[in-house]
Formats: sequence, structure tokens, C-alpha cells
Amino acid sequence: MITLSHYIVLGAILFCISVAGLFINRKNVIVLLMAIELMLLAVNINFVAFSRFNHDVAGQVFVFFILTVAAAESAIGLAILVLLFRNRSTVNVAEIDSMKG
Amino acid sequence: MIDPSVFQLVCFYAFSVVTVIAALSVITLRNSVHAVLSLVLTFFSTACIWMLAEAEFLAIALIVVYVGAVMVLFLFVVMMLDIDQEKLREGFVKFLPVGLVVAIVMLVEMLGLIGVRVMHAQTMGVNPATAAGMSNTAWLGMALYTQYLLPFEVAALILTVGVIAAVALTLRQRTGVRHQQASEQVAVRASERVRIIKMAAELPPADSQPAAAQESKP
Repeated sequence: MITLSHYIVLGAILFCISVAGLFINRKNVIVLLMAIELMLLAVNINFVAFSRFNHDVAGQVFVFFILTVAAAESAIGLAILVLLFRNRSTVNVAEIDSMKG
Repeated sequence: MIDPSVFQLVCFYAFSVVTVIAALSVITLRNSVHAVLSLVLTFFSTACIWMLAEAEFLAIALIVVYVGAVMVLFLFVVMMLDIDQEKLREGFVKFLPVGLVVAIVMLVEMLGLIGVRVMHAQTMGVNPATAAGMSNTAWLGMALYTQYLLPFEVAALILTVGVIAAVALTLRQRTGVRHQQASEQVAVRASERVRIIKMAAELPPADSQPAAAQESKP
């Protein structure tokens, strides 16, 4: 019998994997973007599970909106990435420090 | 004959293992193209897990929107850019222990906080869409087009803004390049191109012909 905790634990594991990905791939912008997508997926798993187990439609509606926003986000992110590569010929985060932040 | 709920559980574990392994390979693979492909596998097996939760519409939407559009966009960009893989891998081993410690501590904290034991008692129960007498898509659409109509429109607006922003960011006007301007070509009129001038006919001078013959001789 699948219980709610199965889904929650899976979501937590995926989220932690993507956090580890942000830490160990801090040079490559593409992998950073993919780790963010993975985080959103983990959150979506939780939403779907809560929607199903609590018999509430709002969770699935929210997943729908998260998918929309994530698609727009990755489109703009990749556009910025292409622009960055065209101007600096690199996607290395360590070399993109002209703002001295 | 295997019990359906046991079969569901076995399927859940199989899909979860595939999801977690694919997610791990997303963050560890050396080649970015391979990382994108394993992200596709992660999304696909997650869609299978959503199918088990009877969220059919979202599972199909995940495959169509994510695997079909967003991941293909990622693949395009990754293949288009000529990336030096080795340089980007610097510091991978250095940050590996930090990343692992943070991830494991976070996982333990999360699992402790959310109270896995309590949720273990909660079982799936009857499908709310079936209980309402319709399919999952109709159930979701009913909420989306009544209660959540305004957020739905805003989501459409966000997508439009995303499209325009992506095009505006990557569009470039090169300087020093000759190119056609179609609108000017179409808008041109014959009176602007050809000018007809009335002038008197010119006759050659009478003595010019022998001189020309003499010139061409040597």
C-alpha cells in the first residue's frame, strides 16, 4: 500500500540531491539550471501527493502553475546563457565576476 | 494472483529507484549532454510516479511540456555552445564533501521535521475525481476554469512575457553587415528609381570620325 510518506520521502531525497548538485557543480551554469529544475520537480511531487491524499484539487492546480512558470524561467535563463556565452565565450561562473559582487 | 496494492508498491519503488539514480547522474555526469538526457529520464519516471497517484493530466503535461519542449531547448543550447568540459569540472572533488554533508544533514532534518511516521498512516483512499464522477482532466479543468480563472490568465501572460523576453535577449543587430531591407524594397515606387530627362539629341562633330579611326590604328 503506497502511503503519503513514500511520496514525501521521495520528494525530500530529490530536493537534497539537487541541493548537493548546486554545491558540487558551482562552476557550470547549465548544471545549475538543471538542478533548479530538479528542485521544482521535487516540490511538484509533494504537491501532487498532498493533492491526492487530502482530496483537494488546489495542489494539482498549483503544480500546473509551477510548470508554467518553470518553463518561462528556463526559456529566459537559457536566453541569458546564450547571450553570456556569446559575449564572454564561457559559462564558468567563476569567470563571470565583472560586477564584483 | 498478485495483490494490486502490493503491485502498486513494487511499481512505486521501481520508479523511485530509477528517478533517484537518474537525478544523481544529472549532477555527477561529466558530459552536459548526458546530464540533460538523464534529466529527461528523471522527468519520465516522475511522470510514471504521478500516474500511480492518479494525476494523469499532470503526468502527460510533464512529458509533453518538459520532455518535449524544455528539455529539447536545453539540449539545443548545450549542443550549440562549445563548452570546455574539463575547466568546468574544477573544484568538483573539492566541493564534493561539503555538498554531501549539506545534502545528508538537510535530508535528515527534513525527514525528522515532516514526521514520516505520522504520514505513514495516511493511505490513498478513493480517487477524488472518480468520486466526483469525472476524469482527472475534467476535475482539474473544472477548478482551473472557474475558481482559478484569473491565475490561469496570468500564467498565459507570464508565458507571453517569457517568449518576448527570450527573443528580445537573443536577437542581435550586427554592425558592418550588408543585408536586405524587405520593407523598403516593397515600398519603393518606379518614380523613385528611374528618372526620365528630356534633352536635346547630340550629334557627333563632323571631323571626329577620321580622328577616331586614326587613334584605333596602332
